[in-house]
Amino acid sequence: MKVKVLFFASLREQVGRAAEEIELPADVSTVGALRAHLVARGGAWRTALADVRRLRAAVNQDMAPPEVALRTGDEVAFFPPVTGG
Amino acid sequence: MKIAIQREDFDAGAEARALSDGNAEVGAVASFVGLVRERNDGAAVSTMTLEHYPGMTEKAIRTIVDEARVRWQIIDCTVIHRVGELRPTDQIVLVAVASGHRGDAFAACAFIMDYLKTQAPLWKKEATPEGARWVDARASDDASAARWAPAPTKDRAA
Repeated sequence: MKVKVLFFASLREQVGRAAEEIELPADVSTVGALRAHLVARGGAWRTALADVRRLRAAVNQDMAPPEVALRTGDEVAFFPPVTGG
Repeated sequence: MKIAIQREDFDAGAEARALSDGNAEVGAVASFVGLVRERNDGAAVSTMTLEHYPGMTEKAIRTIVDEARVRWQIIDCTVIHRVGELRPTDQIVLVAVASGHRGDAFAACAFIMDYLKTQAPLWKKEATPEGARWVDARASDDASAARWAPAPTKDRAA
């Protein structure tokens, strides 16, 4: 299963990229599992994505809690809590 | 309903007037304008850069306005949020709500702002004398959004 992953704001700066296509291993099928998969890369990935209190996610442009299931072709975004307005 | 994410400035007065133009059902227009402050969390702010998630920002704001429509009588509504580099005194955001009566207009305007601050994917980065920093989300913003009771059933809003 392949998904498109986007990163915004401080997360984008920390991981050094705005977007990436990722081919997911068979056991990675939820938002939470994708986060853990990225954290396992270590280094800046761990720093940026390890603290779930400072992390939000969206699937296909809707806010998504960790248990949301992923499907091939999904657009998944990770970002810090929002600060607009 | 008008939702716009743009770099350009906006004319709050013209936007508010446009909501009632030619519509005699409108008895109240409430509007809110957010501005860039010269100081934030103890530091002087020279510029503020707003980043957003194109597509999702508009979708999230539409969802917030739809939720407000369930709760209050709204005739029309405009939300404009600027992105890019802004300076102190610049306008950041406009929420304007037209309704039959002031109670609905005031409440819906405050509700949309409170939820925009916690649900719309926008992020502020400030340039200060100590360097650039991403603005931290405030616990008080979550509290402001949480003070709104769960949506009433549809029949009340009808």
